[in-house]
Amino acid sequence: MELFLQLLLNGLVVGGIYALVALGFVIIYKSSGLLNFAQGEFLMLGAYVCLAILEETRVPFVAAFLLTLVFSVALGLLLERVVLRPLLGQPLISVIMVTLGLSSVLKAVVQALWGSHTRPFPPVFATEPVMLGPLPVSQGYLWSLGCVALLLVLLTLFFRFTRLGLAMRATAFSQQVALSMGIPVRRIFALSWSIAAAVSAAGGMLLGAMRGGVDGSLAFYGLKVIPVVILGGMDSISGAIAGGLIIGVLENFSGGYLDPLVGGGAKDVAPFVALVLILMVKPHGLFGTAHARRV
Amino acid sequence: MAGALSVPAPLLRLDAVEVVYDGAILVLRGLSLSVPEGSIVALLGPNGAGKSTTLKAISGLLRGEGGKVTSGSIEFLGERIDGLPPEDLVRRGIFHVMEGRRVFEELTVEENLAMGGYTRHDRPGLRRDQARCYEYFPILGQRRRQLAGYLSGGEQQMLALGRALMARPRLILLDEPSLGVAPMVVEEIFRLLRRINEEEKTTLLLVEQNARVALAIAHHGYVIESGRMVLEGKAADLAGDKTVQDAYLGGGQQAGRRARTSLIS
Ligand SMILES: Nc1ncnc2c1ncn2[C@@H]1O[C@H](COP(=O)(O)OP(=O)(O)OP(=O)(O)O)[C@@H](O)[C@H]1O
Ligand SMILES: [Mg+2]
Repeated sequence: MELFLQLLLNGLVVGGIYALVALGFVIIYKSSGLLNFAQGEFLMLGAYVCLAILEETRVPFVAAFLLTLVFSVALGLLLERVVLRPLLGQPLISVIMVTLGLSSVLKAVVQALWGSHTRPFPPVFATEPVMLGPLPVSQGYLWSLGCVALLLVLLTLFFRFTRLGLAMRATAFSQQVALSMGIPVRRIFALSWSIAAAVSAAGGMLLGAMRGGVDGSLAFYGLKVIPVVILGGMDSISGAIAGGLIIGVLENFSGGYLDPLVGGGAKDVAPFVALVLILMVKPHGLFGTAHARRV
Repeated sequence: MAGALSVPAPLLRLDAVEVVYDGAILVLRGLSLSVPEGSIVALLGPNGAGKSTTLKAISGLLRGEGGKVTSGSIEFLGERIDGLPPEDLVRRGIFHVMEGRRVFEELTVEENLAMGGYTRHDRPGLRRDQARCYEYFPILGQRRRQLAGYLSGGEQQMLALGRALMARPRLILLDEPSLGVAPMVVEEIFRLLRRINEEEKTTLLLVEQNARVALAIAHHGYVIESGRMVLEGKAADLAGDKTVQDAYLGGGQQAGRRARTSLIS
């Protein structure tokens, strides 16, 4: 039972990060039809920028966290403007190549600025675990879960209740119709890149703080976007959240229960097996619509 | 009413407009027309004549479809507007209600209306206009919290009109408001269009396949074919015109197709 709870909790913590990264991917795909393969690099960059702010200024983590979000929003706006705007209306394959290229460039920039070895992240969370019933739980995990939950709630409220959030959903439905009401569709695209960069960066910072270090391997979290969005549905925000959590939990369960039996590797394979099974029943993912628009 | 005026400067004027899609397909071939302030003008013609293209040229929505005004000019309130982006045009008072209803299916009725008023920031005014929408279309008021995707065809068309009213435009471009709407509801929608024109002083440029209902409320009408003007006149005269009667007053698409052969040549 204790193992079960421990695995479940680990799964939710990691899954929450997957959810953030996938959410960024889905928001960009929904609003502009572009597939962004640089989500993992947004996450990594966020962690490094936050670390740099902490090292240079000695402000508290919360302040560095918020400053990094601001930085990510600006980065998103900039990228949309210089890299992606010229791509509107280009064939899908060139768009994919460009976002892949973007991911290499971001990786290279991070290496050039901060090197390729692991850099220690200053301790953020108190180290002694708190007891949840019988279960000792690291405080970092709880903070991370809380942060992810808060971000998800804020985003949901944004999409449901704000003028801009509604305009983003309207644009996702049809760019032409959104344009016809005077919604500045270009600015909506830029906003979607900003949000995507910011939520991924949040994931990166939480990971950095939990692990106590950052390195280039953080970008691998971007690879999880594919199974998560296939599971949840390319165009569904709640799907990205559910898909992220499910994949995270599955990984940990198969790692905890199957790896000892099969001698390792189940953790990486199980999510894909589950994916295939689910897609056989629901070909558009758990929450996806039958005709994902554009593409 | 518009026909009786002695040629005041029109609200909207197209002068020898040419539109090309994808750099190659010439669709409007020197189209000229003018829409006096406060009037209802009907734009009729068979399938593929270029009616929707004309409206998109005016509202700036051509761009998103690979189309371009390659010559001629479009003036609104005496200023050139061809080439301006749609958001500027909405701010200037031109609102395009696109063909086929096109409501935001995953937003509620109320949220759809809010999107119609996207370019405005005067909250009290927006609230007033929302109430006004529900007055014109009580059914929308009853369904304000429902997702627009669940409305019937006629209700969706009403919502598309309501969205236009929320922008408080001077000119509404309407593309086939009768399409996919039950005949009885078509009558109701056209009565409301007349009322909106009179009460809100909103000018309407109305594209229709259903010439009978369009000419019944319009002051003036144009008939285009293959991107050219072939006939124009007071709505009442057009309704009585032999060629128009033969070609369009059967209504519907078949009549439209017949028109192609009867009016050209
Ligand atoms: N995006 C586009 N690219 C290329 N050609 C187009 C495009 N849109 C329209 N056309 C062509 O332009 C011509 C006029 O089209 P338009 O939609 O303006 O006609 P319409 O009068 O509105 O017809 P309908 O009554 O069927 O709505 C048609 O021949 C059509 O095939
Ligand atoms: Mg048309």
